[in-house]
Amino acid sequence: MAGVTLDTVRKIYAGNVEAVKGVSLDVEDGSFCVLVGPSGCGKSTLLRMIAGLETISGGDIRIGDRVVNQVEPADRDIAMVFQNYALYPHMSVYDNMAYGLRNRKTPKDEIEKRVKEAARILAIEPFLDRKPRALSGGQRQRVAMGRAIVRKPQVFLFDEPLSNLDAKLRVQMRVEIKRLQKALGVTSIYVTHDQVEAMTLSDKLVVMSGGQIEQVGSPAEVYRRPETRFVATFIGSPPMNILPGKVEGPGRVSVGGQTIAVTDMREGLAPGSAIEVGLRPEDVQAGGAAGSSSLGMDVDFVEELGATQLFHGKVAGTDFVVQASTGQIPAETRKLTLSIDPANVHLFDPQTTKRLGRF
Amino acid sequence: MEKRAHFSGWTLPLLLILPQMAITVIFFYWPASQAIWQSFLREDAFGLASEFVGFENYIDLFKQPEYYRAMITTAIFSTLVAFFSLSVALLLATQADKSLRGGHAFKTLLIWPYAVAPAIAGVLWIFMFHPTLGTLARPIRAVGIDWNPMLNGNHAMILLVLSATWKHISYNFLFFLAGLQAIPKSVIEAGAIDGAGPLRRFWTIIFPLLSPTTFFLLVVTVVYVFFETFGIIDAVTGGGPAGQTTTLVYKVYADGRLGGDLGGSAAQSVILMVIVIALTAIQFRYVERKVQY
Repeated sequence: MAGVTLDTVRKIYAGNVEAVKGVSLDVEDGSFCVLVGPSGCGKSTLLRMIAGLETISGGDIRIGDRVVNQVEPADRDIAMVFQNYALYPHMSVYDNMAYGLRNRKTPKDEIEKRVKEAARILAIEPFLDRKPRALSGGQRQRVAMGRAIVRKPQVFLFDEPLSNLDAKLRVQMRVEIKRLQKALGVTSIYVTHDQVEAMTLSDKLVVMSGGQIEQVGSPAEVYRRPETRFVATFIGSPPMNILPGKVEGPGRVSVGGQTIAVTDMREGLAPGSAIEVGLRPEDVQAGGAAGSSSLGMDVDFVEELGATQLFHGKVAGTDFVVQASTGQIPAETRKLTLSIDPANVHLFDPQTTKRLGRF
Repeated sequence: MEKRAHFSGWTLPLLLILPQMAITVIFFYWPASQAIWQSFLREDAFGLASEFVGFENYIDLFKQPEYYRAMITTAIFSTLVAFFSLSVALLLATQADKSLRGGHAFKTLLIWPYAVAPAIAGVLWIFMFHPTLGTLARPIRAVGIDWNPMLNGNHAMILLVLSATWKHISYNFLFFLAGLQAIPKSVIEAGAIDGAGPLRRFWTIIFPLLSPTTFFLLVVTVVYVFFETFGIIDAVTGGGPAGQTTTLVYKVYADGRLGGDLGGSAAQSVILMVIVIALTAIQFRYVERKVQY
């Protein structure tokens, strides 16, 4: 098994469109790395470059200690699971899984052993003789996974493998992929636009935007300490509220004339300068509390989510969402006082959008 | 999704299908029934009288060695044209499917021969390969081959196969290209990751997935060689030399129009009609079953 290292990897398409702008990343051996970002952020292109399906315009890609820039996909010792499964429609499930091994001249009994083993792990033994078209979406997904694991590759690549499944199956397959990866211990790189998938699957979360990496870290790190406003609003659901504010002094900012205490604030910011104040909907509480600052909110409407309710409204003229356990705040409330824990306030530079926290 | 129109009465739907029915009846059922009726009649030499002879025209036909020779000629001709027009078209389509600079111009140019009328296509090839006038015949003769499609039956057949193949490649090319483009790119990529080289990918993934298209084109090409190469044969060889390139269809024309044997010619038409109905039936059956996978 091997890790994957990217060194200032670039992709420039004809017409000077730069899809990937110098990405450097270390994926440790055996870890599960998720690339997440909106459509067109270059995450799929990056994955296809690792697979060898796209040429590399600049930089180096290493699998283990080997630079693979010019190596054919077949010789990179990787396996890929595609969004539309990409099963061979004219072959049975067994042949789909055996194809890669036959191409590599694996002995027949070894092929049979490995395919049976994979089919057992994935619970697709009853379907080995069927053609893919006779399978459901979830079963096809398993066959695609099976095709990847029989090869025992150095690296698994997943290109949005769950986006063609319905919501319930997606959650189920997500858990299975995680379990399988832990059991096999194969380095995995997984591309998705779904931040819930990204948070739940990854050991290492890579948030991308506009062909660049915005932040790399464990899911908890990325959630607790987003490095840019983009990451702050992309990771977390519902997204973080961003309010325009002013620097008042060390550890203090104000929003619409209401002062808030902040724990994680860069030193030396000029009082009176503009700043963006980020608050997660789940981090603000209704009602006053000791040691907290408070903000007034006008409520417009309430969304019911069952266990929780989302209160939509305005704070100092800016849209704001508060998430609260159902029943904690009466649904007919029109004016709320929110208490803010200083540790839960995120500050961003309005120009560079970078985090203005302590170093 | 199914589209359905609902009509309140019978008048409008009948009016709407009337033109198509009229065309089918006038141009297909009526001549077909005439041919069947004609095949049971025998005319005198001057075309003044005809008498009912039953199956005698058919019996006579199967006594003629020329008829069997026309069958063999047709079989050779259609096998060669089908093989070459399908394989060359497939080769060109796989090349055109790659993203090439100027690929669109390449595709457009490949489609042009289909727009050339058969007789004109024949004339074009005659100009190139006529033993004395042909621009390409001279170099062939210069290397010591006594090239003469006017006298040598094999040479005549080669020339016919060339021109009929050339004209039909466009059609097959278009369908193969569409078939190739319908194969999801990720399936090919999965093959590449699974360690199959380009040739192995072609024979184990692309070719099997193209089999419905290939089968459809095989039937269409055979029908084309049987019936639509008449213009080319007439312009290039006129069935000669000495009847060596007379196919079943050309023999219908030669016996009926040139030989004046309307009854015998009609009997041959009826046999051809049965062949084409059989081919179409096979095709419908398989196309409806969506073939192979």
